[in-house]
Amino acid sequence: MAQTYRFTVNGEDREVSARPDLPLIYVLRNQLGLTGTHYGCGLEQCGACMVLVDDEAVYACTRTMDSVANKSVLTMEGLGTREAPHPLQQAFMEEQAGQCGYCLSGILISAKALLDRNPNPSRSEIATALDGHLCRCGAHTRIIRAIERAART
Amino acid sequence: MINQLPASVAINPRFDTWLRFQAGRTVRVATGKVEIGQGVVTALSQIAAEELALDLAQVVMLSGDSDAGPNERYTSSSLSIMDSGAAIRAVCAEARALLAARAALRLNCAVEQLTVAEGVFAVDGAASGVTYWDLADEIDWTQAATGTAAPKDAKDYRIVGKSIPRDDLAEKLTGGAFIHDWLPDDLLHARILRQPGPGAVLQELDEAAIKRAAGGTEVLRSANFVAFVGADEQAVEAAAAIAPGLAQWHGAPSISPGQQEADWLRGQASDDRRYGAPDGAGAGDLVQATFSRPYVAHASMAPSCALALFRDDHLTVWSHGQGMHPLRLNIAKVLDLPESAVTTRHMYGAGCYGHNGADDAALDAALIAVRMPGRHIRLQWRREEEFGFEPFGPAMLIDMSIRVDQDGKPADWTAEIWSPTHVQRPLADSGSLLAAEALKSPPSAQISDDPPEERGGGGTRNAKPYYDIPNSRIIHHLVTDPPVRTSALRTLGALPNVFALEAMMDELANRAGDDPLAYRLSLLSDPRARGVLEAVAARAKWPERGPGGESRGLGLAFSRYKNMAAYAAVAVAVSVDEEVRLKNIWVVADAGLVINPDGIRNQLEGGAVQGASWTLKEQVTMQGAGVTSLDWDSYPILRFAEVPEIEAVVMDQPGQPSLGVGECSVAPTAAAIGNAVAHALGIRIHHMPLTRQRIMASLLR
Ligand code: FES
Ligand code: FES
Repeated sequence: MAQTYRFTVNGEDREVSARPDLPLIYVLRNQLGLTGTHYGCGLEQCGACMVLVDDEAVYACTRTMDSVANKSVLTMEGLGTREAPHPLQQAFMEEQAGQCGYCLSGILISAKALLDRNPNPSRSEIATALDGHLCRCGAHTRIIRAIERAART
Repeated sequence: MINQLPASVAINPRFDTWLRFQAGRTVRVATGKVEIGQGVVTALSQIAAEELALDLAQVVMLSGDSDAGPNERYTSSSLSIMDSGAAIRAVCAEARALLAARAALRLNCAVEQLTVAEGVFAVDGAASGVTYWDLADEIDWTQAATGTAAPKDAKDYRIVGKSIPRDDLAEKLTGGAFIHDWLPDDLLHARILRQPGPGAVLQELDEAAIKRAAGGTEVLRSANFVAFVGADEQAVEAAAAIAPGLAQWHGAPSISPGQQEADWLRGQASDDRRYGAPDGAGAGDLVQATFSRPYVAHASMAPSCALALFRDDHLTVWSHGQGMHPLRLNIAKVLDLPESAVTTRHMYGAGCYGHNGADDAALDAALIAVRMPGRHIRLQWRREEEFGFEPFGPAMLIDMSIRVDQDGKPADWTAEIWSPTHVQRPLADSGSLLAAEALKSPPSAQISDDPPEERGGGGTRNAKPYYDIPNSRIIHHLVTDPPVRTSALRTLGALPNVFALEAMMDELANRAGDDPLAYRLSLLSDPRARGVLEAVAARAKWPERGPGGESRGLGLAFSRYKNMAAYAAVAVAVSVDEEVRLKNIWVVADAGLVINPDGIRNQLEGGAVQGASWTLKEQVTMQGAGVTSLDWDSYPILRFAEVPEIEAVVMDQPGQPSLGVGECSVAPTAAAIGNAVAHALGIRIHHMPLTRQRIMASLLR
């Protein structure tokens, strides 16, 4: 049965009605219109759906609603806008880090979680932080460079 | 280039198909090619802005619209800049000339006195105030372009040749910009129960159980096509997830374990062709080896998706496919609608790397929409559907036999290739849209074919050496009845063929006691081919390479894509213990005139990573009723920690025509890895992927 959940999304208080076992991704995309969070596999294998829950990067494709009640969620839309991009988004644009771009929203989120806890990561620390993500286009080296650039700014 | 009408203009001659002068001092420029992550729409906008002497911001691109834009078939084969770029250049140059002629009349001056910037004319350098938009109405844009106006001289380029950042990337980095992210208010979600294979008949489906498990979901059924539709996406997804277990099929495929291997192809029914020299005379030593690559997947990051709306007897389909005009034709045929009753529009999807499930998903959505008029239907494939039902890159088996002269140089070269077809795009080639097979009257079986040699071939792509070899021939067995559907995957047969060809070059060099680079150069007369090889060798510090055999290897390879597009040389450094670890990749390409250098570097890097992934890790597995590699665990690809530093360099050739570049780094990367691993181990591995298992087996031998 559907229940009412309160939580914060990108700094705003939200109230939604959802089944307890409903994965967060459906609420974000279909109820709140935050479609920057992408579905790739639904299996915790690709990272396209990554969001922050209380500052921790988690897979929105499997994280259920009951586990995010009263917590704070950040999606890529909460980072910045085209006009006022977050330093990470800015760095990705400057490095042209991406090809099709489908993987990028999730990667931005893991990158944010990484820089929040380690403002000066090495190349291998970045690669490790992105281990939960796949990029089929092969934009890896640019993505790593963009995160290094964001760390410098 | 002058006076020769680009092919795309010949098919779409009217100016107004390409250009529209619109409010706000902007020009809408249309292309039939679409953005699939390769940055092509940005590059085309640079060409338009250049020829029309506009600011980039004044160019508004319209891409992939079956009603309002040109028909340029598919965005494939690294042809977008050659096709659409040439067309846009010619049409824009001619439009500028027509406008200048009108301006001269209006301003009572000679055309030679005019210059134009941002669409505003000046006479002898003095601003006239007269603009394109003042004059545009005086010209009949329904007339045909003739291709007779001279385009700008490359030395005057201001925008072409610059690394302009991609507009679509900014959009994708700040919000939901994909077709997947468009959720109209009246939308219904949909999923499919896939027919396991052509000819399979649905005997039983427990619809009641499905409805119980997925409240509010409707089950649509027509012959062997079954769809689940509803407002609640997760319920619809749940219905599709349990449906396969509640369905009984008759005549589902039955694949035996050996069929997934390239080996199986030898001796299967095939359509045989031969190209090149007649059978060679038998002098000199014969060097022989067999190479293979298994079935591989496009494996897009996003499951295929489409939206469709049937309203007032008109069907509109939104798709991330590679060709909106062919898609319109194909959908109209299956639905028995006139083409004029169907509109297809492109929206961004995840990278597809060739013919994946995108078009099939579009038909799925259309089939549902015509049965549920008035609502937007949003159809999405499931992850296992994407892995299970995309058309795969075919397995290939290659026998090389080379006769060597007294100097150790190849005198007579034979590549004998077994491969299923590399192109089954619907109608245009030899395939059908997937769901058409499930309808009451499925399309008749079609004879599989490959792209013709003059378009670069399919299974034969790049099998002919670009080196100076007196006699070479290709024997091509087009295997007609493979266990799975196959179609275009980035580079078609070039990856396995170049892997084999460049391995043989290394083997022949070793045999002759020559350095592999020097050996290649001794057989290459084309200076541009030599140029990329020499440049990549310098970057990789080739002279310091050493004898190898100590778990560290450096290998290089060259190919000119399709033997007529961009030149690329790649060097790869590896270390090998039980597994291959990539240390560095260097890529040097010569693509003629470069529109957007950073865009090309991005493509070269991505191609290298994807080529490496196919070479080291990927194989589609299958057994019983179908494919068994249905997720990212069973179909692993290269990961962040496995991708090395990559240096990609584009040689500047402003005087040369642009050459297709999007695929050129893939095959030589595969080959350079093969050569680097052989250098590291002192043993060659002939069969892809170069997995831990194969390395261990070869070390034990
Ligand atoms: S969609 Fe969540 S990990 Fe792939
Ligand atoms: S940019 Fe296409 S999947 Fe990463």
